[in-house]
Amino acid sequence: MAVTEAPKIVTARLGHDDSHTLERYLATGGYEGLRKALTMTPEAVAHEVDTASLLGRGGAGFPAGRKWAMLRKNPVTYLVVNGDESEPATFKDHLLVERDPHQLIEGVLIAAYALQVTQVFIFIRGEFALGLERVQAALNDAYAHGAVGGDIFGSGFSVDVVVHPGAGAYICGEETALLESLEGKRGFPRIKPPFFPAAIGLYGEPTVVNNVETMSNLPWIILNGGAAFAALGEGRSTGTRLFALAGHVVNPGVFELEMVKTTFNDLINDPALGGGIPHGRGLKAFIPGGVSAPWFGPDQIDLPLGQDEVGAAGSMLGSGSIVVMDDHTCAVRAAWRITKFFSRESCGQCTPCREGSGWLEKIMERIETGHGREQDIDLLLDACDNIAPGLTWPPQQTTICVLGPSIPSSIGSAIQMFRDEFLVHVKEGGCPYE
Amino acid sequence: MSDATTPVAAPRRGGQRATPAPSHLSPEILERARRTIALYPEPRSALIPLCHLAQEQDGWLTPEAMVDIAGLVGVTPTEVLGTASFYDMLHTEPVGTYVVAVCTNIACLLGGAADLLEHAEHSLGVNAGGTTADGVITLEEAECLADCDRTPCVQVNHRFVGAQTAESFDRLMAELRAGERGAEIPPHGTLNRVVRTTGLDADPGRVASERAAMAEAQAQRKAAAEAATTTSGAGPKAGGS
Repeated sequence: MAVTEAPKIVTARLGHDDSHTLERYLATGGYEGLRKALTMTPEAVAHEVDTASLLGRGGAGFPAGRKWAMLRKNPVTYLVVNGDESEPATFKDHLLVERDPHQLIEGVLIAAYALQVTQVFIFIRGEFALGLERVQAALNDAYAHGAVGGDIFGSGFSVDVVVHPGAGAYICGEETALLESLEGKRGFPRIKPPFFPAAIGLYGEPTVVNNVETMSNLPWIILNGGAAFAALGEGRSTGTRLFALAGHVVNPGVFELEMVKTTFNDLINDPALGGGIPHGRGLKAFIPGGVSAPWFGPDQIDLPLGQDEVGAAGSMLGSGSIVVMDDHTCAVRAAWRITKFFSRESCGQCTPCREGSGWLEKIMERIETGHGREQDIDLLLDACDNIAPGLTWPPQQTTICVLGPSIPSSIGSAIQMFRDEFLVHVKEGGCPYE
Repeated sequence: MSDATTPVAAPRRGGQRATPAPSHLSPEILERARRTIALYPEPRSALIPLCHLAQEQDGWLTPEAMVDIAGLVGVTPTEVLGTASFYDMLHTEPVGTYVVAVCTNIACLLGGAADLLEHAEHSLGVNAGGTTADGVITLEEAECLADCDRTPCVQVNHRFVGAQTAESFDRLMAELRAGERGAEIPPHGTLNRVVRTTGLDADPGRVASERAAMAEAQAQRKAAAEAATTTSGAGPKAGGS
């Protein structure tokens, strides 16, 4: 099995019960990366991150170094950390925020120094009440330790970090919606262009928005060098990554694995990882990167966990969450629940998303509950085609943000892979799995 | 940027309507609200944190609290409602002392969440979205709460209580009613029990001077960057895909 001996970059401390405390953090090399960064020029720090080729861990996989480079032409005013993790079955940032808040803060401070930003906001999902408390407590301790605030560690660099609570809205994970929310407004994604908050961000000022896991990688990268990070993984997918494994596996959880070197088969079935599917059942399908991603069947289980590899196979590694469905799972019910989620979380700005998700959910419900018609399958595909024309991957954009075009993924996959199941629901007047 | 030394913002629209002094929020919550506003370059950014604070006082977001918040951040009460009504965690109608959220999204669905929610509805005697007759428990069907290795996932007042079976759920409800989980699970609305103790909000005068220094440093960097792009001949260009 291909579980490599790669170092644990962001989960090294999590074996300790007190991994969230300053004492444990300092005893395990904490804030050494920041101290080292402060002896370097900001450009040299940014260069290490560039060398590491660190891809953003939020879902889109945009290289952090390139995001920062846009700002060098246009000095950054704000750094905002996206900790609004809400993609269904994604629970890696939850772990990092609760269990290693100092690592996140140190990463944030390194980024702030590289970007020469003096004001940082860490946006944390409101439902993470313990996470909010842990990060605020860690910040209080970090201030007292001299790592945050004025003239940090005697370097002459000053930075303030504010923890901002979300209030429950999936769409605020979209970076422009997050900025609207941070400005005290409804979480409506902003019209593009501009495509990046680097041009017009918080309060109209140039802003960098990075994910929690992306930030948490920075202390290790600075201490060990970008080249050491880039030596892990393959191609564009460098370093390690957190994979959140959920659904029908013996050991669901978050696993830090070297990029590309491990396959979905390893992750799901290796005794040290997922441990296989319980009750001796077979694999029906799995979702490789959050519910916005098209599904894979058993024939794609040997694909490596790499951004480009999964992309070439017609889906995405996205947020790094893998949902396993065993062969007793109703594909219609699974796709219906995912569609219901999008329908509830659509912000309502764009008609294809707002209306489309609602109608899709209603049609899926009537099929699952035995009131469907045979032509409903084509009706579903037609509605999906109106949201994301052509049903291609990546999808065509008809809306302000990518929530809308993500809706057809699960329905399209379910129909493509399990059309017969839809027909059985219609003919038998109910769910055959009930 | 507003002057951070005066955290109570002036009314934004024409100044025809005088901002009434806050009359609903308690002095303690008001003080924390003012310190929160001071953390942000624009007072309106504190709107959602202030809604959380108001819920800490009342358990839900009352119309009276929204009037106070509007005055504190310099918007109209309707704008506060307009923002708050977008968010699942801000309750503009009363809720129980304990808001019990049962996730039924994909990972929990595969872990039996539909059965658990059905059980919860029967044993509590309310549909999802409803509050028990004694006003203690509000049941919610939640979207993914990001605790997907412990399914079906349940939160009480946004505190994770681990995977639940029908039996453990009933025990949990009994414990909540008996007040046995109070240390771990505060009443609804208390989101963050850790108050910011240090940093730039410690002294409003210092906030202002730090902010001025930051703005000056910013301007210097911008000037330096502009000088650099002029000498290299490349025009400044931001954004693009």
